[in-house]
Amino acid sequence: MKTVEEIKAAIESAIPGAGVEIVPNPSPSGQHSLRLTPDHAVEVANFLRDDAELALDFLSNVTGVDWPDKEISEKVKVTHTVTKTVDGVEQSVEETVEETRKRVEPGYLEAVYHLYSVEKKHGPVILRMRTVNRTDQVELPSLTFVWRSAEFQEREIFDLFGIVFTGHPDLRRILMWEGFKDHPMRRDYVAPDDFEYEPTAHDGVLKRTQAHQAAAGQALEERHQGTGAGA
Amino acid sequence: MNQPHSYSSTVTERPEGWNRPAPIESRGERELLEVAMGPHHPSTHGVFRMDLALDGERVVRLKPEFGYLHRNHEKIAEGISYLASMPYTDRLDYTCSMTNNWAYALAVEKLTGQEVPERAEYLRVILGELTRVQNHLSAIGFLIQDMGASGTPLMYAFRQREKILDLFEGLTGARMMVNYMRFGGCRVDASPAWLDEARKVVAGLPAFVDEFEALLRSNEILMARTQGVGVLRPELAVNAGVTGPMLRASGVNYDIRKVDHYGIYDRFNFRVPLGDHGDVYDRFMIRLLEARESIKILEAALKDIPVGPVIDPKAKIRGLRPKPGEAYGRIEAPKGELGFYLISDGGPNPYRYRVRPPSLINLTILEDMCLGHDVADVVLIFGSVDIVLGEVDR
Repeated sequence: MKTVEEIKAAIESAIPGAGVEIVPNPSPSGQHSLRLTPDHAVEVANFLRDDAELALDFLSNVTGVDWPDKEISEKVKVTHTVTKTVDGVEQSVEETVEETRKRVEPGYLEAVYHLYSVEKKHGPVILRMRTVNRTDQVELPSLTFVWRSAEFQEREIFDLFGIVFTGHPDLRRILMWEGFKDHPMRRDYVAPDDFEYEPTAHDGVLKRTQAHQAAAGQALEERHQGTGAGA
Repeated sequence: MNQPHSYSSTVTERPEGWNRPAPIESRGERELLEVAMGPHHPSTHGVFRMDLALDGERVVRLKPEFGYLHRNHEKIAEGISYLASMPYTDRLDYTCSMTNNWAYALAVEKLTGQEVPERAEYLRVILGELTRVQNHLSAIGFLIQDMGASGTPLMYAFRQREKILDLFEGLTGARMMVNYMRFGGCRVDASPAWLDEARKVVAGLPAFVDEFEALLRSNEILMARTQGVGVLRPELAVNAGVTGPMLRASGVNYDIRKVDHYGIYDRFNFRVPLGDHGDVYDRFMIRLLEARESIKILEAALKDIPVGPVIDPKAKIRGLRPKPGEAYGRIEAPKGELGFYLISDGGPNPYRYRVRPPSLINLTILEDMCLGHDVADVVLIFGSVDIVLGEVDR
């Protein structure tokens, strides 16, 4: 079994400009992964499957991961030039102050592919792809035509995370029902109190009652005013 | 209810390069019948629906539809601690909760680098193989039930399964929802009396498998209904991620117990049975043969089981906070490759918890196997996949 570095080198020599990046994994499992650029992903996938030495013919698992926008607050030392009055004379003095600055690291959605080789009996080789953001640019190329086992799993990720796999032959919701709007596996998803909520006639009835009460109240007031005038 | 529906000549359009068999063209302008099989059809083993398009009796299109049992298991796990997910894994494939526990424990052990004591490894193998035997036997029973032999063959299998479930109850307190494995070992130790009881049950198994096989093998109806039905080519099986007995019935030698050597499987001498034709008959015979191999493993494991602790006393179980990182752990569950993919951000709950369900992925090629067969065969082909909806829908 080749190491991730060797696989990266093999991909880059076969597909120039593939732009593969190693994502290290600090856990004791030692399963490091390769990050692909969406533009070359299908090419790289075909290479990994058909290469005689790697022969990664078996796509075991496809996972979606949501990485929301992260607000990072850092302490930064900043030097300001401040004008101060020292002994009655105005001077400009340099002062170093520690400030907390907040910046937002943009979030993205990620698809993770676990590959094995049935022929050579090795693995796993892990591929990752990232979308540009979490809102409007959520397309990734589908690898269903390379490994058929991605068919249902990519549908599931589309359903639960909202990654749109371009080129997928049958991209529909798989676990949630048709007509469901949101993507429940996103980190910021808020589940409704009742998934099957349908508005009842309640609001309409309430509005009519209020209108009626207002009208009745007005009529009562008029009557009181009438009696007052009469007395 | 089932309205006749006319289709254009090409029923399913497939893009180029699609490695499915060519769709069977509808014959001329004949009308196709659209049938929704399920979600409460008795052959679907739960709430599952197949939308069929039929040309006479022939299946021209089949779309599996699921999600009726969906409860977003993965989302639940992100909100609770690592340990709290363990009983939830019982509910994935509720007939094989031991192997579900094992796969999850293995993934967490990979994430934390936790070692498992030897006795616990032996107990895991014993319980895992008992699970495999009972799953395969009842799967065969269900398959024959789907063929029309109501009750008797299934109850034959269940009689034996009951003995195995009694063993589980004696050890863990529950027949099915066992919640037995822990990160770094097992929850309770097996008493010598329990091991004796297990030896007795295992000693009775070979005779039962022989009897079961003799009953079925000589049955002409079974041969006629299963041989040459629902053939799955090995290339397609590998490409579609099919695992477990289904893959091996197509003749692909891939058993994770042999490939990954997880646990202590390299200490046991067992063979991997392979099929030649990849039809329903092969899938059913492979399960019988695998049950025999499992009995061999059980006999050896029950003989060799050493004395010692069943869990590392230093193992962190409650309040586990693995270091940031990720791990994918997989085992050969009775239905195929069961994997757990965990991402930790250093917190007490997993950042991402993913189950790789063999039942769901084995259904990918259901349409390919059923095209061109009769409706009655769909029931059998579907039964030979051996799924549990608790795992498909999660």
